[in-house]
Formats: sequence, structure tokens, C-alpha cells
Amino acid sequence: MKRLILSALIVFFATSLFAQNEKFIAAMKKNLSALDTSFKEPANLLSLANNFERIATAEKKEWLPYYYAAFCQVNYGYLGKDKSKADSYADKATALIAVADSLSPNNSEISCIKSMIASCHLMVDPMQRYMEYGPESSSNIEAAIQQDTNNPRPYFLQGQGLRYTPEQFGGGCKTAKPILQISLDKYNTFRPVSDIHPNWGKTQVENTIKGCN
Amino acid sequence: MCLIYNDMKHFLTAVLVFPVFSLFSQVKLSGHITDNKNRPLYGVSIVLKNTYDGATTDSTGSFSFLTDEKGPHDLEASISGYNPILQKITIDKDPIVLNLSLKEQITELKAVVISAGAFEASDKNKGAVLNSIDIVTTPSANGDVTSAFKSLPGTQQVGESEGLFVRGGTATESKIYMDGNLVNNFFYSSTPGIATRGRFNPFLFKGTVFSTGGYSALYGQALSSALILESTDLPEKTEADLGLSVIGIGGGIQHLAKDKKSSWGVSYNYVNLWLAFNVIKQKQDFNKVPVANQTDANFRIKTKSGGFIKYYGYVSSNKVGYRSSDIDSALLKNGFGLENINTYQNLNWKDRLGNGWRINTGVSFSTNRDDINNDLLDGNNQKVNVTTPAFYNFKNFALINQAKYAQARFVLEKKLLGLSAIRFGSEYFYSNEKSTYLLNTGANFTDQVTDKLFAGFAEADIYLTNNLAAKIGTRAEHSAIMDKWNLAPRLSLAYKLASNSQASFAYGIFYQNPERKYLPVVTALDYSKATHYIFQYTKQTKDHTFRTELFYKKYDDLYKTAPNIYGRELAANNNGYGDAKGIEFFWRDKKTLKNVDYWISYSYLDTKRDFLNFPTLMQPSFAASHTAAFVLKRFVLPWKTGFNFSYNFATGRPYYRIAYDNIQSKYQVTDQGKTINYKNISISVNYIPGLGKKDPKAFAVWVLAINNVLGQNQVYTYNYNNDGSKKEAVTPPGKRFVYIGCFLSFGIDRTQDAINNNL
Repeated sequence: MKRLILSALIVFFATSLFAQNEKFIAAMKKNLSALDTSFKEPANLLSLANNFERIATAEKKEWLPYYYAAFCQVNYGYLGKDKSKADSYADKATALIAVADSLSPNNSEISCIKSMIASCHLMVDPMQRYMEYGPESSSNIEAAIQQDTNNPRPYFLQGQGLRYTPEQFGGGCKTAKPILQISLDKYNTFRPVSDIHPNWGKTQVENTIKGCN
Repeated sequence: MCLIYNDMKHFLTAVLVFPVFSLFSQVKLSGHITDNKNRPLYGVSIVLKNTYDGATTDSTGSFSFLTDEKGPHDLEASISGYNPILQKITIDKDPIVLNLSLKEQITELKAVVISAGAFEASDKNKGAVLNSIDIVTTPSANGDVTSAFKSLPGTQQVGESEGLFVRGGTATESKIYMDGNLVNNFFYSSTPGIATRGRFNPFLFKGTVFSTGGYSALYGQALSSALILESTDLPEKTEADLGLSVIGIGGGIQHLAKDKKSSWGVSYNYVNLWLAFNVIKQKQDFNKVPVANQTDANFRIKTKSGGFIKYYGYVSSNKVGYRSSDIDSALLKNGFGLENINTYQNLNWKDRLGNGWRINTGVSFSTNRDDINNDLLDGNNQKVNVTTPAFYNFKNFALINQAKYAQARFVLEKKLLGLSAIRFGSEYFYSNEKSTYLLNTGANFTDQVTDKLFAGFAEADIYLTNNLAAKIGTRAEHSAIMDKWNLAPRLSLAYKLASNSQASFAYGIFYQNPERKYLPVVTALDYSKATHYIFQYTKQTKDHTFRTELFYKKYDDLYKTAPNIYGRELAANNNGYGDAKGIEFFWRDKKTLKNVDYWISYSYLDTKRDFLNFPTLMQPSFAASHTAAFVLKRFVLPWKTGFNFSYNFATGRPYYRIAYDNIQSKYQVTDQGKTINYKNISISVNYIPGLGKKDPKAFAVWVLAINNVLGQNQVYTYNYNNDGSKKEAVTPPGKRFVYIGCFLSFGIDRTQDAINNNL
């Protein structure tokens, strides 16, 4: 009988744990599927960011929901109509990615978000802010490459940044293309750890390369 | 046994059935979120704490979601810029409707800026009208820290002596502070008729607040204006730089520690105007062209809590000597020589102490020694002694000024709710100034003036809402020279009219001691006093700044002077008075013309005062009624070149011959006039050949600057000879000045820096 109770308890907790995990993955997947379409309608990015943040604060130990919450916030900062508010979204993203960073240190994907956050601040007033945020953005790209050389996303961010830098400042398609190509090659061999791990950017890289031809 | 088994079975059944059951009992939570003015808030995150459930409000402020949760829960509504609300709810079967109102936080981004009287140059702070690089790219400024501010309203285009003449005040009524500590001898020692430059490199500072009046209780001893400089933090990278120009050579290194927590730096500059003065004819005959050696050192340590310990130390020596015709005689010349050694040390600690407390404390120490010689010379530049008439005796002299200054200061600040804060502190100045005046006759006058000035101050920043703020302060000072206390209240109000416009008001009383040159005296003196009233309207967007200020400044207890038995003017009493009023406009536009950034400033000043040796109330010779400046900057990318243009204008200033009438025992104006209008067009060009090159080892910036391009005739004032029968225009030493220089830096790609600096 003892054994029965014990196994029942084990089954119970295992199921419940499994159910919990399944619930987490299901919630993540549901929100991730909404992510692609959100870029067309940036307003949805904010509610997605909040969805991910709720999952993050309920789970507390998972870095991915924090990562995506930050990703959505910073993209909303980029794409939102009101540039004057971009800083507050970038600040919010900074707070979220800091938690992700503490849960999963030296993560290449997290460094990518940090670079995007710096670029978001930079974009508000490039002339005034380059000194502060330019180096911060590029040092995080360098860190991301160092942390995982197979990650295509730091190359994508680097290439995209160069693509939109004027030629006179050492940017433009000519300098951007080789880096975008490296990124695309890495995307072609890249396999995400799981369905809910970062796997974005390939279409954008392809589009940027197309735009340069 | 059986019982347990059965219980287990029920339990398991319950567990398995529960989710199915709960599917049918989802409860709807919905509602509406507004701000405290009942406007819908978009993007508010609604969270059922510790669950995945929640929603985000839409543009009408509405939200709605379904939840499986039951029982008591915390629901949180949050959005940045507002205080979040935590609401306890119990979820049962019925839908829940929640209408909540969030209170706006008082944040730096949204709050009104207390700005009456102040111009800020900063790359970060809201409300700044200039950025740090404007100071070096304003052509008329010649890279001098204070000169860029002469293109802003409120300042005079005074060229015959250094310093900032603000709103009818003398240059000595403007004080300059570095990291909170007063900088004595900010400028190179005065030379008659030629304005000297500031000693400090403009790149030392990351932020500058130039107050043309109504400044904070943290500062004192300046009737008109305070220029508050904040030194830079850590450099971005270790780098070395080298500068080569027509006026000298200099270089330095800034070393950043590997952990990026500390840095040190040293630099050395050698200035020699031999080449420049040989190419550009100078009015004076320079027998000793200006030569200066300057060396400085610094260290900066970032503390654990994000504060800084900063040290800056400076030693310089310079020499200059020139001959000019003697105004009283056709054949003789006047030879002037100056040697100066100056040191300055400043140690500052700024930190967070926890619990919302901050400290800013520092000590500074400086010394200055001037060795001045004035000789009458004959046609062969040989020294001659002329004893009749008697005033010639005073043309052959030696003067040694020796000064020591020390200061200690602390400010404690406690952050209160929102942006509100209180701060208080104290400072102590010690000064010891000794002069030895040696006449050719053998007569010898030595005097020494020491002062111990103690000040205590307290100030509160009160933000009632994002739209209304006040700064209320008071300052008490005790100077050993006066041996009495003064109490100076200060008040500033700011009210936001719309998202990008605001109105401000400032009021304050300011006290100042007499200038050293009118001391020592035996009679009891009181502080001279100014009362400021300033109204300001500002409209500022990212690309445009418009601001206008209306001011009234009342002077009381100004020092009147009287000659002592040797004819030296000394402070006699506090019977002087006067006022200054005016209106000023500033407009900066970075957008209307593509790639062009320009600003225009205009000041109208109506001022009269009776002070020093003035026989009556009159417009002082350092005050022009109308002053205007226009600065335009354009960077042409394909040419990798920035072009800067400036035009400064001022209407003529009055000049007087004031002579002491021995019979009536009083000063009299025996002659007066008005100078021609002042006009100055200056240009500068910055060429950056390395622009866009990837990873250059060295990075160069070429600079060409021409001051007074058109060589327009500029007359600052007139000097009179002894009996007043002859006057001579005081003009700049050269018609124009051409500066060519190249600055190289190593170890860091400054391309972007230079681009952004020049855009």
C-alpha cells in the first residue's frame, strides 16, 4: 500500500510538473506564433510584450519569456510612431533583459537584445547619442559573436546597422552585404535548441540582401 | 487501507476532472483604465499576479480577458510613467468589471524644468540649449570655454578685458565653478587692453550651466552670474592625442583601467605666438611674444555605488611683454611685462549614500603669482626716468601679486518623492592676497588682504505635479572682511503650459565682497547687493528652441571709491546703486534648412549705475544697449568638412574720462562719447579626412578659423591721457586672427565622434 501511495504521489507530481511545463510551452508557442504577424501591426507588440512578461513573472526561473518580453518591448520602441517614447520602452526592455541575463549568463541571444536596446536609444537622436550608445551597441554584438559563433543574429544586427549607415561613414550596402551573407549562411545551418528558443531574423536578412541588389 | 485507497481514487478523479470542470467556469475580467484626468490610458499591462492571465489596454483604455483562476488574487495595473495599482479581487463565478485610475509619476522626462535665468550646455539634460561641442565649434569663441556664451543673450561683446559681462554687471560679478568649487584666476592674468583667454580646455567639461541671473543658493559671491562647469567622467578608451597649430604644440594621454572603473591622464601644452604675430601684424610691439607652458593631470575613480572621486590639477606659467606708444608723450613708449605662475588643484567626491541620500563634497587649492613690470622707454627702447610731471612717476613700477586660495565644501541631498529633493551644505573659503608695489622713486607699498568666508545654504526642489515645480533656497554668508552676516533668499518657479512650452520665474538676492584691487580699507564696509527678477518663456522641441526672458535687476550698496593720499582708488562706502532691465530672445533651429543648424540671439539692456568713481548715475562703459549674435553651422558630408559662421553685433558703448577734481574733492566726467558699433564676422572650417575609413590608426581633424574675416574696425573703448587733451581708441591687437591647427588622436576611432560633433 505504501508503495501504491508513493507511486500515486510520484505520478501525481510528475503529471502536475509535466502539465505545468506543457502549459508553459503551450503559452509560449501561442504567443510566439503571434509574434511574426505583430511586426506588421506594431501595436500588438506591446500586448505581446506584456503577455511574455506575465509568463516570465509567473515562472520566474525561465529566461525565455523575459527574453521575448524584452525583444517585443525594444521592437515596439523601434517601430512605434512616437519616437519620444522609444527611450521608455528601451528602459523597460533593459529591466527585463537584465533578469534574463541573471538566469542565463553569457547568452549570445541576450547580448543581441542588449545591442538592440542600445540602438533603440541611439535612434532617438543619433547625432547626440552616438558617443554613448554606438560603442555599447557594437560591443554587445561582439560579445554575442564571441558567446556563440554559430548564432546568425549578431551578424544580422551588424549587417543591418551597416546597411543603414551612410556610405561616407563607412556604411552602405557594399560593406553590409558580406556580413549579411555570413549571417544568411549561419541561418541556413542554424537549428534552435527547441521550438520556443530564438529563431527569428532569417526573412529579414533575406529581405535586406534583396534590397541591396 | 481501503479508506486511503478510496480517498486517493477520489482525489485523483478530482485532479483529473478539475481542468475539464474549470474550462466551463472561465470568468471574464474587464475594465477601463484612465489617468487622473480621466483620459484613457493605452498600453497598460493588467496582470493577475503569479498567473499567465492578463491583458493590455487598447487605445480606448479598455481591457478584457478570461481566467480559470478562482479565489482571492492580486490584480496589478502598470505602465511606465504612472504609479502601479494593486487591487485585491476574489474570483468567483461572476464576471468582474474594474475601472481604475492611475496617477502620473513625476519624472524627469515629463516634468517642467526649473530654468529661469539659466542656459545649459549638455548632451543629455532636457532643456539644454547648446551641446558640449557647440562650445568648440562656435567660430567667434576660438575654442574658449566662456566665449561661446557670448553668442547667447545677456552677455556683452567686451573685448578690452576678459570675463563675462552679464546684464549690466562687471566681469567680476560673474563667478566660475568647477565641480562645485570656485575657480579663482579662471582667465590668464589681465594685460591692459587685451582680453585674455580662459585657462581650461573645453573638452574637460561634459556639462555647463550658464546662469545669467537668479541662480541657486548653492552658489554665492556673484552679483550677476554663475558659470557652473561639470568635469567629464571616465574616458571611453585609452587614447593619446597630439595637437599642432600656429600657436603651439600639445599632447596628452588618457588611460582607462581594464575594469573600466578608473582612469588617469596627463597633458602638456606649449603655446608660443611668435609665428602668428610675425604673420599677422599686431598693434603692440611684442618684445616678448606670449609664451605659456601648461601641464595638467587628473584621475577619476568610479565608486561601487556609481559615484565618482575626481582629481584635477593644473600648473601653468606664462610670459608676455609688449611696447606701445605712451599716450602722454610723443616720443616715449610704455613697456609692459607680465610673468605668471598659476596652480589649481581640485578634489571632488560625489556619491550615493543610500536611502536617497547623496553627497557632493570637495576641496580646492590654488595659487597665483604675477610679476608685472611697467617701464617708460625712449625711442631706442631704453628705460628712462621721468619725474616731472609727477604722474610720470607712476609709469615706472613693478608690481608683484601673490595669492593663495583654499576652499572646502559639502552638499548633502536627500531625494524625496518623485523629483523633489532637499539639499543643504556649507562651504569655507580662505583667501590670502598680497601685493607689493614698487615705484622707481623707491617708494614701496605692500598690502595684504586675507578673508575667511563661511557660507551655509539650504534648498528644496518641490515638484507639485509634472507641470508645476519650485526651487526655494536660502544662503547665509559671513566674510571676515565685513565681519557680518548676510542672508540671501532665492526662489524659482516653473510652470508647464503645454507639452513643449513653459513659463518660469526667478527671484533672488545676491551679495558680493569688494574687488581685491579696492582693498584694503579701514572703514567698515557692507556687502554689495543685487536683487533679480526674471520672467522666462520657453518653447522647445527636438529641433527648435525659442526662449525669451524679461528681467529687472536692482543694485544696492555698490562700492564707491575715493583716492587715498597716493591717488590709489579704494573702496570708501556702500553708497552706490543702480539697476538693469531688459528683454532677450533666443531662437535655435536645427531643421528648417537641411543640414544647417543656426541660432540667433538678441538682447536689449537698459542699465545705469553709480559705483566706483562714477560721479553720478550713468550707463557704464561695459554695457551696450543692443547686442545680437548669429551662429550657423553646416556639415558637408561628401567633403568631410564642417563650416561654421558667426556674426556678432553690438551697438556702441559709452566711454568717459573720469577725473578727480582736487578742488571740489570729487570725481567728474570731463569728456564722454560713444564708440562705433561692434561687428565681427568669424568663420571656421573643420576638415576630417579620415571620415568613414575603417579602423584608422590615427585620426586627424584639421581646423582653420578666422576671426574678424572682413577686418572690420572694432573699437572697444577709449583711453585718455593724463590731462584729458588726447584720447586713444582701444582696439584688438590685430585686425583679424587666423588659426590653423591639426589634432591627432591615437588608439580610438574618433570618426563618428567628429561627425557627430560637427553635424
